[in-house]
Amino acid sequence: MSFILTCPNCGPRAVDEFSYGGEVTTRATSSQDDRALFHYLYFRTNTAGDQREWWFHSSGCREWFQAERNTTRNEVLRVGRPGELAGAEAVPDAAAASEAAGG
Amino acid sequence: MADTRLASRQGELIDRSRQVSFTWQGAEVSGYAGDTIASALFAAGTRVFSRSFKYHRRRGLMCCAGQCPNCLVNVDGEPTVRACVTPIEQGMTVSHLNAWPSLNRDFLHLVGRLTPSFGMQVGFYYKTFIHPRRAWPLYEKVLRNAAGLGKLDPEHRRTDRYEKIHRHVDVLVIGGGEAGLEAAAEAAEAGKHTALVDEGLALGGYLAWGGPKGHARLEELLGRITAAGVEVLQPAFAGGVYEGLLVPVYQGRTMHRVRPAELVIATGAIEQPLVFGNNDLPGVMLGTAARRLVNQFRVMPGEEAVVVTSSDEGFDAACDLTDGGVNVVAVADARPNADGSRVEDAGIEYLPGFQPLQAKGSKAVSGVVVTRNGESRSFGCDLLVMAGGSVGHTAFVTQGGGTIRYDRERRRYVPDSLPKGMRVVGSAAGTAAAAGAVPAKAPKTSCKQMVCFCEDVTTKDIGLSLDEGFRSLELSKRYTTVTMGPCQGRMCHRNSGLVIADELGLDPDAQRVGVTTARAPHNPTSFSLLAARGYEPVKRTSTHHWHAEHGGKMLWAGDWKRPYDYGDAQSEADAVHESLGLIDVSTLGKLIVRGPDAAAFLERLYPNRFGDMKLARVRYGIVCGDDGSIIDDGTVARLSDTEYYVTTTSSGAGGMEQWFTWWNAVWKMDCEIVNVTSTIAAFNLAGPNARTALQGLTDFDLSNEAFPYLGAGQAQIAGVPCLVLRIGFVGELGYEIHLPSAAAEHLWEKLMEAGEPYAVKPFGLEPQRVLRLEKMHIIVGQDTNAESNPLEAGMPWIVKLDKESDWIGRYAIEWYKNRGDRFALVGWEAQNGKVPVEGTQVIGSDGGPAGRITSSRFSRRLGKAIGIAWVPLSMSEDGTGITISDPSGATIPATVTHKAFYDPDGERLRS
Repeated sequence: MSFILTCPNCGPRAVDEFSYGGEVTTRATSSQDDRALFHYLYFRTNTAGDQREWWFHSSGCREWFQAERNTTRNEVLRVGRPGELAGAEAVPDAAAASEAAGG
Repeated sequence: MADTRLASRQGELIDRSRQVSFTWQGAEVSGYAGDTIASALFAAGTRVFSRSFKYHRRRGLMCCAGQCPNCLVNVDGEPTVRACVTPIEQGMTVSHLNAWPSLNRDFLHLVGRLTPSFGMQVGFYYKTFIHPRRAWPLYEKVLRNAAGLGKLDPEHRRTDRYEKIHRHVDVLVIGGGEAGLEAAAEAAEAGKHTALVDEGLALGGYLAWGGPKGHARLEELLGRITAAGVEVLQPAFAGGVYEGLLVPVYQGRTMHRVRPAELVIATGAIEQPLVFGNNDLPGVMLGTAARRLVNQFRVMPGEEAVVVTSSDEGFDAACDLTDGGVNVVAVADARPNADGSRVEDAGIEYLPGFQPLQAKGSKAVSGVVVTRNGESRSFGCDLLVMAGGSVGHTAFVTQGGGTIRYDRERRRYVPDSLPKGMRVVGSAAGTAAAAGAVPAKAPKTSCKQMVCFCEDVTTKDIGLSLDEGFRSLELSKRYTTVTMGPCQGRMCHRNSGLVIADELGLDPDAQRVGVTTARAPHNPTSFSLLAARGYEPVKRTSTHHWHAEHGGKMLWAGDWKRPYDYGDAQSEADAVHESLGLIDVSTLGKLIVRGPDAAAFLERLYPNRFGDMKLARVRYGIVCGDDGSIIDDGTVARLSDTEYYVTTTSSGAGGMEQWFTWWNAVWKMDCEIVNVTSTIAAFNLAGPNARTALQGLTDFDLSNEAFPYLGAGQAQIAGVPCLVLRIGFVGELGYEIHLPSAAAEHLWEKLMEAGEPYAVKPFGLEPQRVLRLEKMHIIVGQDTNAESNPLEAGMPWIVKLDKESDWIGRYAIEWYKNRGDRFALVGWEAQNGKVPVEGTQVIGSDGGPAGRITSSRFSRRLGKAIGIAWVPLSMSEDGTGITISDPSGATIPATVTHKAFYDPDGERLRS
């Protein structure tokens, strides 16, 4: 990947400065429904097209934000602080998050 | 040797007042400042620069422009350096790449002589060396030695520093010819930050090497780019065009990763060779190469020359050569109806409609035979100039996501669609006058007719590949490797297409043949540049130098450097048990969580409970992912109602900061998270004498009554404001002291002084690992992995499933609880004195692997080998006998134990 990502705090910067946080997902709300729980934890849409995702400006302001990116063209359509983009009932991508935290 | 040079003239690149000497094949050669390795060697009489890839044929200068593979040499141990674009430097050592025993007497040349009867044509390896099968390893060894270009010296250690620089410019222009200079000047004059990259030794392209007539225009352009402030990267080359128009520009020991808003491709056109017999003999060179030697380096490329051409560029070459004192015997023009009056006016015999049949000579060119409809003429010469017409250089267009199409009118590939932000100018865009090149339908001859000079692919090889069924350019490329060499088709794209069209009976002016893809890297690129320094600096603690000066064996621990030990890990561990030890734990991650919601935030983030914590207390906690796996651990101290001090593992500091802030980006609770990892240093003073030693440095009451186990207190120690945590990772009475890192060295030395009466020893990472293992304290990431949940890891007491608030990992852990445990993290003691290797297996009743050893050490204190393992539930009872595998094939009997090996009731911690 080598594109420009616009941090809501720092402006347009090379993508190398950021850590990818994965798809924006919706958190499961109980342990009763195995399917819903596992879907949240382990399944991703892997969209070929426009996708809402998390980014962390690790070499910059060290803040999280969301971006809408076309994954086939690597074109960033818009970015926003959490909650700024519509429909942001979103939580961290559990799988990507564990990886990021573990690293 | 200076007498082989032509008279001095304005526009020459060499500075005749400065001699530069270097060695070539062990002999000293001298040239002038401004010479390339190739021009200096050529002036000194060298004609053979390399041996070819497969047949080891002699090769001399062909393009003089960094395009062809003929002058690749080894310079100061670096292989595949292009001699024709590399300036000479005093004292450099230059040698050939791949001949044995020498460039002039190359034994491996015999393989070329074996053809065609033995057949080293295309597919030769595959067809010949499969019988008998078992002999392949031997064949491979011999073939690997014979083939290839140059060798990497595995002992070579780089001494220079290579750098990467990220650059952002408004406009990047690749190519410093007329069109590139013009584009750069225009952009910079319009106020845009403009950079221009050119791999030549002089800017200007043909204005520079085409003789004096271009100089006025060049001066004007150079004046404009200087005045407008164009940044010139030269000599440097663009390695390719990547996503988002990212261009790596390699300049000396620097890789510029340039990301321009606009990329201008001004790579010009590349003159093409003609296909005829022995067209690779030393002495056969492109017209532009001969002109470069004459006009820029003032070297005579030969005494007697014949020019074979299919374009007007051959006339330019003939004129420049005449001008340079070369006797041009004849110009053979493959075009029957071109206007050759220019050469005739110069007194040169002009032969319209004549194509070259073959060059004569064995070690160098001695003549040429040209033909027209069966009529042939023969000439003697020591220089055979071929001018096969130029094609636009479009590799960067396609690499950047653009497309090219064949333009029938102009008989060349031209850019078709371009990616956003890319512009193509000059000859690369096909704007130059049509070359008028005729298809080089080569007359048949028994000599080798090279199509691909990099990989030694002949017309015969291509014909054979088509006969064998690889009936397209792409398939033939994969079978013959044509266009796959270092030049990536710059010398053979056009000719391979023409040869294939000819063989298949296609109209070469139709687009059916196609063109193969030229890939990055554009030129041979040093691994040192690709591996240039990154941007992850080593982290050193504030007392790093003290450790290094006191025998600390510094090793990498994540991003940090830490002492493994100070020479004697066992004695350091003994000191902690018996009296006093001091360890630098500044690498721990440290976060402050502060605000009205701080307690609620931690309650939601941890399986633990923190809301009920009393002030000035500290508690061990683990952090779980939402999948219930353990991702970090550490301590949490409550400093006030609204402020907590959190430590994380050393390697987890950055990740935990991200993790905390990520969830708070979602929850938006009223608290802030501050990462103070590098501003706060931390030391652990541990051992039975820790209290007495420390009390001497502070008024803070350290008595067990005033400051019990798991207390957190703010104290002035040796004048430094500190946060003291009474915790016991290493199993003895201990104080973890956190302090401003600016005062770290001062306090460390004070603590060592205060410990002197108790024979205090600094201890490193290794003794700490033994000490913590004796207490069965886990290391996250070593004793746990992505599948480890706290229930199975033996810490169900941490998980507060009855917490009223939701928390991260809750649902997965509830699910695990409902499912029931399958594995358990347990301690074990070896029974036969052997120390198992970490990572080996616990053997199950069926003889297969059932569990794994995550930690294993010999404890001198306990006199036995101890460790931690994941075992199935059936083996997890306290006292169960287990069997551990060993790489030697033997097994090690061990007993499962649940309680800490040392001080199981924690009396020493609480003392």
